[in-house]
Amino acid sequence: MTNMKKLLSILALSLAALSLGTSALAQTPAASAPAAEASAPAATAAVTSTAAAVAAPAADASAAPAPVPNKGDISWMLVSTLLVIMMAVPGLALFYGGLVRSKNILSVLMQVFVTFSLITVLWVVYGYSLAFTEGNAFVGGLDRMFLNGVFDPATGTFAMAATFSKGVVIPEILFVAFQATFAALTCSLIVGAFAERMKFSAVLMFMVLWFTFSYAPIAHMVWFWMGPDAYTSKELVDGLNAKAGLIWQWGALDFAGGTVVHINAAVAGLVGAYMIGKRVGYGKESMAPHSLPLTMVGAALLWVGWFGFNAGSALEAGNSAALAFMNTFSATAAAVLAWCAAEALMRGKASMLGAASGAVAGLVAITPAAGNVGIVGALVIGAVAGVACLWGVSALKKMLGADDSLDVFGVHGVGGIVGALLTGVFNNQALGGPGLVTDWVTATVGSNGIGAQVWIQAKAVLLTVVWSGVVSLIAFKLVDLTIGLRVSEEDEREGLDIASHGETAYNK
Amino acid sequence: MKMVTAIVKPFKLDEVREALSGIGVQGITVTEVKGFGRQKGHTELYRGAEYVVDFLPKVKIEAAVDDSLVDRVLEAIEASARTGKIGDGKIFVTTLEQVVRIRTGETGKDAL
Repeated sequence: MTNMKKLLSILALSLAALSLGTSALAQTPAASAPAAEASAPAATAAVTSTAAAVAAPAADASAAPAPVPNKGDISWMLVSTLLVIMMAVPGLALFYGGLVRSKNILSVLMQVFVTFSLITVLWVVYGYSLAFTEGNAFVGGLDRMFLNGVFDPATGTFAMAATFSKGVVIPEILFVAFQATFAALTCSLIVGAFAERMKFSAVLMFMVLWFTFSYAPIAHMVWFWMGPDAYTSKELVDGLNAKAGLIWQWGALDFAGGTVVHINAAVAGLVGAYMIGKRVGYGKESMAPHSLPLTMVGAALLWVGWFGFNAGSALEAGNSAALAFMNTFSATAAAVLAWCAAEALMRGKASMLGAASGAVAGLVAITPAAGNVGIVGALVIGAVAGVACLWGVSALKKMLGADDSLDVFGVHGVGGIVGALLTGVFNNQALGGPGLVTDWVTATVGSNGIGAQVWIQAKAVLLTVVWSGVVSLIAFKLVDLTIGLRVSEEDEREGLDIASHGETAYNK
Repeated sequence: MKMVTAIVKPFKLDEVREALSGIGVQGITVTEVKGFGRQKGHTELYRGAEYVVDFLPKVKIEAAVDDSLVDRVLEAIEASARTGKIGDGKIFVTTLEQVVRIRTGETGKDAL
């Protein structure tokens, strides 16, 4: 009961802060709104209704000849997509699996495995369309249900999706696959927060609701825009901007999903941990991880796979991908060192679990920053995240009072917020960052003021926290009222492996 | 006949077994056990969670021996299992009423 109150007050507080922020900055979108109306028809003619799809089969005749995708880009994106699948199915599942007690490992592996599969199917059916087609500022439409129009069997043509460079495209179907892995991984991340006590059917029902009403809209708000090729003249800019997602319109930088993936999932996890309640015996009985080697294997797979996640988010095999690659590498290493050093200083010993957790913390924090900051920025972000997330899983966890079993909020929430805010700092060219595109017509790169950009980043974080918080609250409540969230106490004591799945991991 | 039960440090098991076979003990039974004595446990830390481990792993050795052998068995175990540090374990001796070798049906001393 007290937990619920605490949760509600946190949500209310952030909502208040957010509305304050939006009203302060309300001028910007409001001012551009009329212009948007005016130029919208022109833009529609030039651009198809798909995500960033520019050169769809039925491209306007007056447009320049449709760009042909580069085989190098296609190869890199295929590999990146595979790497993200590797992050989730073996990586995340093993990372989580090792952290639970031996009677629950199969349940965690199953929840990750089946959630990943479920979301992949939903993505093809309607998720992609909701996230990456034109709709309003919050969510897309249903034009691409069942990937309608992505591939035309009659003519054998594939629609193309835009990247971040003018004239560079990749097959839209590849973009769909790449983004499917993000959606599926994000939902799988939440499993860690309510591990060891939630009903399997309840997990799946929650995933369907949360994916539909939180993941797809947030992905749309942060990542949907009309693509660089659409920006052909000054007059079109406001109209095109108005069609993009809300957070994209604000100008928030999120290279590979600090808000969409990590903060989004972490808030859902925290809300879940509050609503489901603590594990039986929490705080009294030992709930020590049953296999840290499995956790280390999982963390290592996550690190390797994350190169696909971050460097792949460049959407082409170019400079931006290379920068994101190096930053993903070095920030993670810095976070491992920082976590271990902090642990050694505070507790006298550096632990394997600390090193593995530090790696994940660094990976999470560098996600929004990957291609958006310079070399030193990445090292600082990693180091700060390593220490901040150690605080997240210890002091902050005690303060929050929720049994977030595997520290989804402590690592992904804290790391995600640290990364999102520091992206606003280190993106600045004065601090060695690459800056951001200030004018998509000419593809001019510049820098906002650090304060201004950090404020935009903070707004994006707050909106994500509130949106995911509210959706999660309602979704968990609905599941609780229909099928119930928790297994019985007896089943929980016996372990979910036998109780929910009828099998044991380790047979003597 | 006596039943000698010794609780020793796990890494000393091999030395104890060698010492016992050296003085003619025909067989022993070994069980992995946990317990506490004067030796303190330790603390394990997993992220924010701290667990005090009170029960430490030990090995329990049981040997049924003839009365004439008991003193030498005790000496052998003491010598081979000792490290001089706290937590070396204990030896208990109890009287054994009957022993049966299942295969042959022999009883008492013959069955040892």
